[in-house]
Amino acid sequence: MSAVAAEQNSAMAKAGAWARRMPLMPALVFMIVVTQLPFLFTLGISFMHWNAYYPQDKGFAGIDNFKNVLTDVNARNAILVTIVLTVAVVVVSLVLGLIIAMLLDRKFHGRGLARTLMITPFLIVPVAAALMWKHALYNPDYGLLNGLLKLLFGDGAAQPDWISNNPVIAIEVALIWQWTPFMMLILLAGLQSRPMDVVEAARIDGASPWQIFTNMTLPHLRQYIELSGLLGAIYVVQNFDAVFTITSGGLGSANLPYFIYETFYQAHDYGEASAAGVIVVIGTIIIATFALRTVLSLFTEETAR
Amino acid sequence: MTTIDKVSDEAPTNVVQREAGKTRGKGPLLTGLAWIISVLFVLPVLWMLLTSFHSETDAAANPPKFGAPLSLDGYRSFFESGPWPPLANSATASIVSTILVLVLAFPASYALSIRPVKRWADVMFFFLSTKFLPVVAGLLPVYLFATKVHFLDNIWLLIILYTSMNLPIAVWMLRSFLAEVPIEMLEAAQVDGAGLIRTLRSIVAPVVTPGIASAGLICFIFSWNELLFARVLTGTRAETAPVYLTGFVTSQGLFLAKVCAASLVVSLPVLFAGFAAQDKLVQGLSMGAVK
Repeated sequence: MSAVAAEQNSAMAKAGAWARRMPLMPALVFMIVVTQLPFLFTLGISFMHWNAYYPQDKGFAGIDNFKNVLTDVNARNAILVTIVLTVAVVVVSLVLGLIIAMLLDRKFHGRGLARTLMITPFLIVPVAAALMWKHALYNPDYGLLNGLLKLLFGDGAAQPDWISNNPVIAIEVALIWQWTPFMMLILLAGLQSRPMDVVEAARIDGASPWQIFTNMTLPHLRQYIELSGLLGAIYVVQNFDAVFTITSGGLGSANLPYFIYETFYQAHDYGEASAAGVIVVIGTIIIATFALRTVLSLFTEETAR
Repeated sequence: MTTIDKVSDEAPTNVVQREAGKTRGKGPLLTGLAWIISVLFVLPVLWMLLTSFHSETDAAANPPKFGAPLSLDGYRSFFESGPWPPLANSATASIVSTILVLVLAFPASYALSIRPVKRWADVMFFFLSTKFLPVVAGLLPVYLFATKVHFLDNIWLLIILYTSMNLPIAVWMLRSFLAEVPIEMLEAAQVDGAGLIRTLRSIVAPVVTPGIASAGLICFIFSWNELLFARVLTGTRAETAPVYLTGFVTSQGLFLAKVCAASLVVSLPVLFAGFAAQDKLVQGLSMGAVK
């Protein structure tokens, strides 16, 4: 092959590579501009003294904001609340979702209706659901929970203030109610894609239901459990609606998104809010590295296919 | 199920009979449990529905008056409070951003599956990793920028942000659908000289249309539900329905029936879309992992 032909060839290959890249470019550029650029500014602001109430004090702050966030009792509490909230909601919703999915995987009359009823909580707008829990269910004076207590035990029944007594648990219950149907839907779809003939063969060979569950159902569901857990975690970590509506972050129930919202939107401390944002991102990257490994295993399975 | 019955009829070994008997005995119990749990989960919504049709005084009664006379006052006071502009804003933001997402995501997922770019998996990771970035961390610069260029309280700002929020999910979902397109058929069509439009219509579209429907449905729901961006970046003009809802709770007077009515009305589009397209919802949520 002559040098000229080789050059032509590589030029064509280049053109081909660009032809392949073109359809990708609009989405890629859009995502970089809208999601990465703002974060670079957040990073910059996190090293600045910048409070909208004290505009004359604007200037370089070094790592002061980070020190402030990490020594702030509220911020540390927000980190703890975020972890507890996410783990509790994802784990409980997954377990409940799995149990319900297995119940709905059986054939019975009206199964479609039962499934439709089950997914209703997921189809209520999150703010509306949070308002419902706060006012129609938890409210100590006219909420349904205390109303039922009075109905069952008479006028002398205890009338606890559910939210004040356990603010974080109150938020968790509302979120578990919304996310269990989500987990259930994905797991049910996973259950229904099981190769039933293999399960039947095992049953005929005398495998107990528990053996079938641990040795066949769970391994088959692994991918679905990981997927639903991962997606649930992405959304619950960032939850704002329920915390904002049910407790407004009061009584030590503020999670990180709410803490940052408050620091920036109410206290107008842009520097500290940005530092908190950067810390959240670093934390998320650490967790996401593990989570993305999960996604990676999904990809490699696919390429191996 | 028919296979089991056949097998247990034809192979009357002890084991099979015992197992079959056992499941039959437990059956009604498990069915009952399934119904009880399903009803428990929907009960709060039914209570909200009943409360929304009570007068404010009955709605606030303790113990609850389940049989109180029905009233439309809650809905009347909701619709008289001027909910149409925020509802229209929500509809605009959700529908326009969903269309934008699909327009951007379809070619991108094509370049990640059918004619993949080099290192397409890395590109996919980039898209997904933006979902891990907490939106709240990028909110402040967006707010400052929008203030500076007078873009606050503008529905287009929300449309752009909702597009970026949903684009990674849509790319992931559409890619997994497009990966199912039979490449050999595409090549054969090319050899036969079929044009791009015909190839897209007869080979790609049948596989991808359900994917587009699923992705569109999920993006619509997430945009319709969004609160944080809308709360921080909009005021009176571009306010969306979820923000409007949070303004319903007042410190004085009774508001429970009105809040319940408002919550249900605002949830109605999502409930309707979700019920009508349950299968699409499942396919979408499982990122196309389930076909």
